[in-house]
Amino acid sequence: MYRSHVLICGGTGCTSSGSQKVRAALIDEIRKQGLEDEVNVVETGCHGLCEQGPVMVVYPDSTFYAQVKPEDVPEIVTEHLLKGRPVTRLVYNEAVTDEGKVLSLNDTDFYKKQVRVALRNCGVIDPENIEEYIGTGGYQALGKVLTEMTPDQVIQEVLDSGLRGRGGGGFPTGLKWKLCAPNKADQKFVCCNADEGDPGAFMDRSVLEGDPHSVLEAMAIAGYAIGANQGYIYVRAEYPIAVKRLEIAIKQAHEYGLLGEDIFGTGFNFDIGLRLGAGAFVCGEETALMRSIEGKRGEPRPRPPFPAVKGLFDKPTILNNVETYANIPEIINRGAAWFASMGVGKSKGTKVFALGGTITNTGLVEIPMGTPLRTIIEDIGGGCPNGKKFKAVQTGGPSGGCIPASYIDIPVDYDHLAEIGCIIGSGGMIVMDEDNCMVDIAKFFLEFTVDESCGKCTACRIGTRRMLEILEKITSGNGTMEDLDKLEQLAYYVKNNSLCGLGQTAPNPVISTLKFFRDEYIAHIVDKKCPAHVCKSLLQYTIDPAKCKGCTACARQCPASAISGKVKEPHVIDQSKCIKCGACMATCKFGAISRQ
Amino acid sequence: MKSLAELQAIREKMKNTMSMRDEDASGIRVVVGMATCGIAAGARPVLNEFAKLVQEKGLSDRVKVSQTGCIGLCQYEPIVEVFEPGREKVTYIKMDAQKAAEVVERHLEAGHVVEKYTMAKSGLK
Ligand SMILES: Cc1cc2nc3c(=O)[nH]c(=O)nc-3n(C[C@H](O)[C@H](O)[C@H](O)COP(=O)(O)O)c2cc1C
Repeated sequence: MYRSHVLICGGTGCTSSGSQKVRAALIDEIRKQGLEDEVNVVETGCHGLCEQGPVMVVYPDSTFYAQVKPEDVPEIVTEHLLKGRPVTRLVYNEAVTDEGKVLSLNDTDFYKKQVRVALRNCGVIDPENIEEYIGTGGYQALGKVLTEMTPDQVIQEVLDSGLRGRGGGGFPTGLKWKLCAPNKADQKFVCCNADEGDPGAFMDRSVLEGDPHSVLEAMAIAGYAIGANQGYIYVRAEYPIAVKRLEIAIKQAHEYGLLGEDIFGTGFNFDIGLRLGAGAFVCGEETALMRSIEGKRGEPRPRPPFPAVKGLFDKPTILNNVETYANIPEIINRGAAWFASMGVGKSKGTKVFALGGTITNTGLVEIPMGTPLRTIIEDIGGGCPNGKKFKAVQTGGPSGGCIPASYIDIPVDYDHLAEIGCIIGSGGMIVMDEDNCMVDIAKFFLEFTVDESCGKCTACRIGTRRMLEILEKITSGNGTMEDLDKLEQLAYYVKNNSLCGLGQTAPNPVISTLKFFRDEYIAHIVDKKCPAHVCKSLLQYTIDPAKCKGCTACARQCPASAISGKVKEPHVIDQSKCIKCGACMATCKFGAISRQ
Repeated sequence: MKSLAELQAIREKMKNTMSMRDEDASGIRVVVGMATCGIAAGARPVLNEFAKLVQEKGLSDRVKVSQTGCIGLCQYEPIVEVFEPGREKVTYIKMDAQKAAEVVERHLEAGHVVEKYTMAKSGLK
């Protein structure tokens, strides 16, 4: 029996910042100090504050340590685990008050306004131990559904909760199940979309790494609701930790009889298989995903027929996203009304966002739908670092748009974002400050879709490439106002004529930046200037001869040997050689170099 | 798993483990002084006895056991403080594992302060 638990994050973020070494050092030191019977070391999933990794939490005090190194471990063991004095120097700085008092995690700015439903167990349980999941109430919902509810009641409960798909489309989950349930077939399927292709998104990965059983349990519930006994999880192979934890979870669920035959003695059978994807963005689209599971080339097909009628192997199928599933057991346990009490309008419950870009606290946050953007950016995210001015936030990845700073009070939910041409998408949120060029951002996402277009339909394959070419022309200073019109026309053409969601949404980053930041496009075209000083072709570095002391520092730094001049005399930059790296400006002590 | 009762049994078994990670601070807090002076006087077996009994008796959802540094009365170590919302702090002094067991049973379980081990009893305030 342990008197203390140390939970150390074994998610992808903390693993890459070295949490495994810290864990090894911790186990070693605890043994050395003879505390192995008193202190339990548990590896968990993500706590959300990835940028502060490796992170660990000591219970029962719930002290949150950040950026722990193996060298720090002996001090933590002696001082805290033995003597009970938290090592304040290593505690997450937001969790220490000015008086040196250590706060619990839930009292810090980053966590205070969060409501963790989908992430409820992430960072709290050992995802490789099914008994810890059961200990927090896991598999109770499956038990309740199988022994007390009819399939129709389950569907009604999910409908009443107002849960909508978290994978990007926002389709009501209960309705999807309801449309599939009556379709008769010898075999039906429940699929889980764990492809998570949006650049910068890692919500689903964290759920799979931190709480894989919640997804398995939900899939079994869905199977009961629609009359299926086989499930598939389609997960990208680039998520090795998630894959491993899913494999372990499926195996343990079988051992405990929570998957397999005659679950809870009710006669209900359900099994789940894993299918690894190779990381093609289009394979996240539902029809392409099912093709890929069938072992064919992952290309979308026209709908109807919808998967509810003809899906995987032409059988009635439902597909839901990882985060969508993670909500299901809680909805069953706590009731539809509880879930629907969170959120606003037609957006119920909570949503996980991956907060990134120029923001102080990067990481995963889960908040009630309808939380004002300002709360996310300023209170939870801590604003833009280095006193920079917040300019916009990009949501929904390559299918989404930009919310400009003037809309900072907008409630973040499906409908409010749709009103201004944005989407919640899968939950990626990339914050941008005054140093980001919006034309460059649009170009970045278009480069991504050009790469990821599967090529099946012309509108997407050629249309997105032509759009990218125009953007390249504009950012290199060769664009014309006619190009801008052409870009806009093409954007709507691609949107309206593409076969699947990839092409239909690919122009969104362009459309939305044109809507809110057209002046930036015009600055590139007419003034041949990039207001944010990002697009290199439009930049010029010059030395002010009045301020230059001829110290030669810049000339020595310049990697292109573009700067010349005699010692103690003003230097000059040869524009034909300059590669616009900015090294000279960073070096100059006299502020003599400027960028325009 | 053939019945809900089996699931319930595992949940029950895991209760102590999971409630240790509860952030809820509304219950009773038992704090054992574990500075060098406390450890030298034998605080560690006291701490472990509290931790063990609280879990064995299924009190962990309302009692949290942790350590603290030097309380400043080294000659009275091992010292144990019990904080209970809405009640005055109780300080037990010169504790050992056996006394700890008594405090768990009579104070934490039944709600009666074990006067004879308290600091108040020894004439100190
Ligand atoms: C190009 C493209 C990529 C997609 N990628 C994903 C993805 O990575 N994960 C996901 O859950 N849904 C993705 N979707 C949405 C799925 O097609 C589908 O709507 C979703 O998985 C349904 O689950 P939900 O209703 O629970 O959101 C993608 C759609 C398109 C068009």
